[in-house]
Amino acid sequence: MRWRLARTLWLVQFAYMAEYRAEIALWALSGVLPFIMLGLWSAAGNGTGLELGLSPAELGRYFLCVFVVRQFSVVWVVWQFEEDALQGRLSPYLLQPLHPLWRYVAAHQAEQATRLPFVLLIASLFFALQPQAFAWPGPAGVLLGVLAVGLAFAINFLLQSLIATLCFWSERASALERLLYVPTVFLSGLVAPLQAFPPELRRLALHTPFPYLIGFPAQVLAGNPMGEGQTFDLAAGFAAMALWIALLLPLLALLWGAGVRRYSAMGA
Amino acid sequence: MAIVMARGLRKTFRVADKQPGLMGTLRHLVRRRWRSVEAVRDVSFSIEPGEVVGFLGPNGAGKTTTLKLLSGLIHPSAGEVMVAGHRPFRRRRPFLESITLVMGQKQQLIWDLPPLDSLRVNAAVYGIDDLEARRRVAELAEMLELGEELTRPVRKLSLGQRMKAELLAALLHRPRVLFLDEPTLGLDVNAQARVRQFLADYNRRTGATVLLTSHYMADITALCPRVLLIHQGALFHDGGLAELSERLAPWRQVRLELGAVLPAEQLAAYGEIESLEGREVRLLIPRERLTATVSRLLTQLPVLDLEVSDPPIEELIGRLFRQGTVEP
Repeated sequence: MRWRLARTLWLVQFAYMAEYRAEIALWALSGVLPFIMLGLWSAAGNGTGLELGLSPAELGRYFLCVFVVRQFSVVWVVWQFEEDALQGRLSPYLLQPLHPLWRYVAAHQAEQATRLPFVLLIASLFFALQPQAFAWPGPAGVLLGVLAVGLAFAINFLLQSLIATLCFWSERASALERLLYVPTVFLSGLVAPLQAFPPELRRLALHTPFPYLIGFPAQVLAGNPMGEGQTFDLAAGFAAMALWIALLLPLLALLWGAGVRRYSAMGA
Repeated sequence: MAIVMARGLRKTFRVADKQPGLMGTLRHLVRRRWRSVEAVRDVSFSIEPGEVVGFLGPNGAGKTTTLKLLSGLIHPSAGEVMVAGHRPFRRRRPFLESITLVMGQKQQLIWDLPPLDSLRVNAAVYGIDDLEARRRVAELAEMLELGEELTRPVRKLSLGQRMKAELLAALLHRPRVLFLDEPTLGLDVNAQARVRQFLADYNRRTGATVLLTSHYMADITALCPRVLLIHQGALFHDGGLAELSERLAPWRQVRLELGAVLPAEQLAAYGEIESLEGREVRLLIPRERLTATVSRLLTQLPVLDLEVSDPPIEELIGRLFRQGTVEP
């Protein structure tokens, strides 16, 4: 996508999202599940967190980073795409020389930027309450964290776009999104770090894209230990993310091509 | 060389058939029945560059499906279609840059932002630089009489203002072929007239080809020297409005004011009675017998006033649609 087009799409989408800043702030605030899980795990481990192989500070930082990763990798393309298809808004998009999914990418990124102040506020509050959890990962750590979150968003967006593309066959593809919901909640590291999983389940989970949606980027962002004896290895984790993107992209292109041929422009 | 060409174009949709009631629902779940609906049946026509063609037909006749086929939104089930030298359904960039599809009841403008924001996106999508985009917006805004509406959120605009802004957005990339589906639907009489005037000016200035559907005959009579009439998916007429009128009504309407009330049986000898109210009667008389019949009317009946006219085209088309099946 050309730079000017990307910039314009983003700026206009940001202006649009800014109109809904109060709603977006509420969405950001509603993503507090990681803090509830932090409370539960802290109580279960009697405040030590050691049964997960993480110190209390690392555990606290992990769940804060889970919150941050979710805020910047949340994807709602299925619902928006379904509504656009049913309302006939997809048709004009299909008749412009720009793949319609780029519009949704820009909308998501603009929405993430709108969430930024709320996320910073919540993170500041967290560190004010738990100063021992604070650790500066250094510029390289921040860059790796941002990269991991960006790739997590890409995988999540591709997965959800595959479901969204099913709108070409079914008017209610959003119902199928529930198929992704359960594994995302349980295998991603949202409710517990992967260290808490039985070894067999952990090995199985690592062969799916789900741990790379939340668990891996959160560990990278938190600067928690990786490598020998740990659940994740930094290089292997990034390689797995790249592999999932390389697998999902052509799959999406194939499904999209077949879907567009089947499109009947209903509602348009 | 034709800029729009359709040959043997067909589109068949498969739709699920569901009976009402609980049994119907259960049967639908267990053993779904499908039927094929032929929305477009063997339609062939071609349009030369710069032509403005009206596309007529009742609801469900296949007009919008044909426009979707021509604009590349949907794939044809059979037949051939070429627009601006491209096969539309491939949706290649040069094709998309040369066409636009405007649907009266659908919008592409972003609802909560001013139209200018949507125009910025469109300019970037079509690769129009800022300076040129500003020039084109100014030119089209002047033609459409749009000013400060462009900086007001779309949701705050009236239907007419919104439609004009939609047209501006759809024409920013200077398409060579315009597919317009009911562009004046729901607009008041003044707004309709302004949109019509704009389309006529735009066609004159740019030489763009226009294929227009409308339920308002005023749009068609003002803009389209040629009309395509589609009925039940098949093309019924391709030609001028006058020829269509002749074809649909091989008779003319004669209004008489008589000096006395005459029985219907006596009047029926001259032609089909369309209406009879006291001393005023309307007769339908075959065109080839018109002169002789008028002459007989004047000599044999106490005629105070006589007027010969063609029945309004809306009435003829309406009558055709009400009749149901017609032979193309």
